[in-house]
Amino acid sequence: MEQLTKKQHLELYRYLRLTRALEDWIFYICANQNPQKPLIIGKGYLSTGQEATSIGAAYALEKEDWIAQSHRDFGALLIRGLTPRELLLQYFSKETGPTKGRDANVHLGHTGKHVLGFISHMGAMVPVANGVAFAMKYKKKKACILAFFGDGASSQGIVHEAMNYAAVFKLPVVFICNNNRWAISTPLEEQMAIKNVADRGASYGMPGVICDGNKVEEVYQTVLKAVRLAKKGGGPTLVECKTMRMSGHGTHDRAKYVSDQEIASWKKKDPIMHHEKLLKKLGYADEAYFKKIIAEVKSEVEEATQWAKNQADPSIQNQLEDVFARS
Amino acid sequence: MSRSLYYADAIREALRQCMQEDGDVYIFGEDVALYGGVFGVTKDLFHEFGPKRVRNTPLSEGAILGEAIGAAVYGLRPVPEIQFSDFLTTAMSPLVDIMATYHYRVGTKLPITIRAPSGGALRIGHFHSKCLEAWFVHTPGLKVVVPSTAYDAKGLLVSSIRDNNPVLFLEQKKLYREIKDEVPEEIYDIPLGQAIIRTEGSHITLVTYGSPTYLALKAAALLQKEGIELEVIDLRTIYPFDKETLKKSFSKTNRVIILHEAVKIAGFGAELAAFFAEECFEYMAAPIMRLGALHTPIPTNPVLEDHYLPSLQDILDAARGLMKY
Repeated sequence: MEQLTKKQHLELYRYLRLTRALEDWIFYICANQNPQKPLIIGKGYLSTGQEATSIGAAYALEKEDWIAQSHRDFGALLIRGLTPRELLLQYFSKETGPTKGRDANVHLGHTGKHVLGFISHMGAMVPVANGVAFAMKYKKKKACILAFFGDGASSQGIVHEAMNYAAVFKLPVVFICNNNRWAISTPLEEQMAIKNVADRGASYGMPGVICDGNKVEEVYQTVLKAVRLAKKGGGPTLVECKTMRMSGHGTHDRAKYVSDQEIASWKKKDPIMHHEKLLKKLGYADEAYFKKIIAEVKSEVEEATQWAKNQADPSIQNQLEDVFARS
Repeated sequence: MSRSLYYADAIREALRQCMQEDGDVYIFGEDVALYGGVFGVTKDLFHEFGPKRVRNTPLSEGAILGEAIGAAVYGLRPVPEIQFSDFLTTAMSPLVDIMATYHYRVGTKLPITIRAPSGGALRIGHFHSKCLEAWFVHTPGLKVVVPSTAYDAKGLLVSSIRDNNPVLFLEQKKLYREIKDEVPEEIYDIPLGQAIIRTEGSHITLVTYGSPTYLALKAAALLQKEGIELEVIDLRTIYPFDKETLKKSFSKTNRVIILHEAVKIAGFGAELAAFFAEECFEYMAAPIMRLGALHTPIPTNPVLEDHYLPSLQDILDAARGLMKY
């Protein structure tokens, strides 16, 4: 098993903290902004409490790799090199943001940073990830793509099509199911008659593996193995990361349908708490270090907000541009 | 040098020459490899280009168009085949939600040409005969091409494949082995968005595209004997469509018949009618006439299908009626 170095452990900690800080901030703005003159257009879709899945998985990638992210993958986007500034431009729907203010919140893509453009239809990007993977093979690149989706999206026919397809062509894609137990208000038990999404891997002829989605090092190690297999030409793997959505589907949803007991039991498994314990146990960091990182990421997010909110809003002058590529 | 080629063979030649020209062009779809596609359009290309560039896929239209998007983002120039355009219904989300919006939202161009046989009169029923083009013209971000001759099929397919946008290339399956015309051996393109006047006339502009073009030409020949001249315009590309050619013709004839094989109600003809009404009103001497299919699912029985489709008689009646104004 791949052991993480101290530097990597600390870097993962910073990503966990930065993602949490950024999303807490988004939550705060959504809760407190003037609805008549909102800073954030639309709602926030947060990964709070399940950051380790996105971060651990994306950390297993190299520069030439790609991701097809889902709703709760700001951690992965930060690892791919999108900055808090860019992500806030997207939330504020600014002209200089990744979608030029034409789309907002988590519906973004960034080709230069190898991030596909997410859409709202659940599971829709999974077959698109196959296309990137196919092109990598076609161009003889030793690279792979992570296709993220949730337990809810796993019920979509297109996800089954895509997994079968990827297995048939042995595409270098790793399917990451962040099983956070809830599809908006529908619990897992009402979504599928099986316990593990990973069990479906066998039916496509690919390994299906399960890991604790709240342990960043475990997600990393599990995904890294799948990434290496994919890059060796061994085909896709379905990795199911067991986690819990600790917020509503969006910032408008107070998730009253989730019991207090369920929340309380998962709070004890908070991925940041877990990682702090691990860092202390390994002797890599102490409380003072954590405080320092918390302060750093907080000021990074605040600075990004101040900067992003002063950027230009989209103009109707350019509204008709780009429906088609000119050349 | 040119020689007479069937419509299907002209398409294959365009595919072959585009693949020779650009190593990033590749073909995939259901049964397109060794078998050559259910209509034989991609026949022999597998032998010529091998399994990497001519590839069978599982029966997953959504996954096929999903692949096209991802491969295009990565820099390839995919040319997927959807076995029947009817089956696009199972791939609507990748096509309409992702592919059509990608450049606008993410800023990355998607040079994808989707080949899909379209149209009826082959007695193969509702699920293999539909003309769905209006849906896709209604979707911002897609170009829609409907060739009616072998010459156009080749030149327009070359343009579509070289275009940096998603193009829906609706092949007229009825014409595959029915139509043969002169096609140059060398590669050439026909710009998208340019209509062609198939026959000149001064009384009535008849606008059409795809296989009904031949019906229109038959009507034009018959009507000429009665002293009624049709100017038959074949749009070739329906998004974008050639407004200038239409306007110029209508300013001369002041009368128009719009003909397509698709269901008349809310078909592409409705858009054309609105164009004439909004932008050419000053030339209008008579009602705008639309001819299209009945508002029913497509019957398989020949008697019913023939009655479902617009007929030669429908054109003659419409033309004679218009001349009363």
